Amino acid sequence: MRKIVLPVITAAVLLVAWHYAVRLSGTKIFPSPLAVGKAVVTLAEKSLLWHYIADSLFRVAAGYLLAVVLGVPTGILLGWYPPLARAFNPLIQMMRPISPLAWMPLAVIWFGVSNLAPIFLIFLASFFPIVVAAMNGVRDVPPVFLQAGRNFGLTPAQQMRRIVFPAVLPRILVGLRIAFGVAWLVLVAAEMIAVDSGLGYLIIDARNAGKRYDLVVAGMLLIGGIGLVLDVAIRRAERFKWVRWGFKES
Amino acid sequence: MTVAIRNINMRFGEMPVLDDVSLEVRDGEFVCILGPSGCGKSTLLNIVGGFVKATSGHVTIDGEQVTQPDPRRIFVFQERGVFPWLTVEGNIGFGLFRLGEEEKRNRIAYYVQLVGLRGFEHAYPRELSGGMKQRLEVARALAVNPDVLYLDEPFGALDSITRLQMRRELLRIWQTERKTVLFVTHDIEESVQLADRVVVMSQRPAHIQRIVDIDIPHPRDLSSPRYIELRDSIFAEIGLAHQV
Repeated sequence: MRKIVLPVITAAVLLVAWHYAVRLSGTKIFPSPLAVGKAVVTLAEKSLLWHYIADSLFRVAAGYLLAVVLGVPTGILLGWYPPLARAFNPLIQMMRPISPLAWMPLAVIWFGVSNLAPIFLIFLASFFPIVVAAMNGVRDVPPVFLQAGRNFGLTPAQQMRRIVFPAVLPRILVGLRIAFGVAWLVLVAAEMIAVDSGLGYLIIDARNAGKRYDLVVAGMLLIGGIGLVLDVAIRRAERFKWVRWGFKES
Repeated sequence: MTVAIRNINMRFGEMPVLDDVSLEVRDGEFVCILGPSGCGKSTLLNIVGGFVKATSGHVTIDGEQVTQPDPRRIFVFQERGVFPWLTVEGNIGFGLFRLGEEEKRNRIAYYVQLVGLRGFEHAYPRELSGGMKQRLEVARALAVNPDVLYLDEPFGALDSITRLQMRRELLRIWQTERKTVLFVTHDIEESVQLADRVVVMSQRPAHIQRIVDIDIPHPRDLSSPRYIELRDSIFAEIGLAHQV
């Protein structure tokens, strides 16, 4: 209860300030909170909103889950076999700073006007942070753990399953959270091309279709709100018993 | 279970670390390897444990040459060796994957009791004190019923009061289980309190400077003349006046 009192007060104060700022300045470009609220209601009534949210969530889920499924094993392998890391790490470090948006032209040529283009961009955005987190996590497994495993007669496969994997799980979870944040960031831009639905499309469409800035801001707030809910959900995962040991008591 | 260390030499690159170390540890004996920090005594223990290969020389256990680590001889690190993702029970049962469920459960229960962790079976290491984590690691080692325990400065990270209690605990456990123990320390008092024999190592490159028989029965009176005499003779051996 106490945890939400302050944020709620802050939000209320900002909303009031926003409302009066729009009214007193008489701006025509920036909508008031009431106009944004009305826009959200209109969208919801036309069921367009749920359709867009579902489409956006599907694209993020598909690209992100693909990145998890491929990125976690890749990262663990790279961390476990140092020669492999030496061979591939420079490439990974070079690919990582390239914004996924730079891939947009290629994505459109490869995948055309379809769901695959934004899914591909979201995959790219989340793949590298996951790989790097898993790789560094495996490298940082304290040698005493592995030594103890050898001492108890574990085979390399058992070492992997009973020591390396549980030891890196918290680090991987941190990587997954960072990757999700990036994936959600990229979503909007990814939906501005190649598709005609989704929250990103909503924003670009509202602007193009007659400068409906109430819808633009509504889209922004929806993206922020959903992102927040999903981030909280991922944080919940830090309390699972297999990973809780790796996080500070909160 | 006799541990025989024969003419071990070790170099790291050009730097000689161990210089022709030979030592025999008898079955059920408690031997402390004592030396200044960085002298190579931990390296020696790692060679004996099969984790590191010596430059020359070899180690045999009952005539069988050591080439790799073995569950019959368990290495105990400072308390940071316990697995933080496993509970007390999970840690103690870690090496028992070859046993049936019921025997495993009985072993775990027995060693939880032996090291005084009753009531903490489901606790995670982060919820335990340093001394409890250390006892947990000893229990994890003992649970696989090894013949030999190698302890590498196991109490080094504990405060001095806990350290004293842990020594008493270790002696009690040793007297119950009668394992052969090789214990590396840089603490002179600790070695005289625990060991049947203290092996005094020199500065690097380390060789055995002297072996001192501690002929005081347990429990040892730390103010008895014999204790003080032996302790001071080791101080003198290392070249320290016993004064601050």
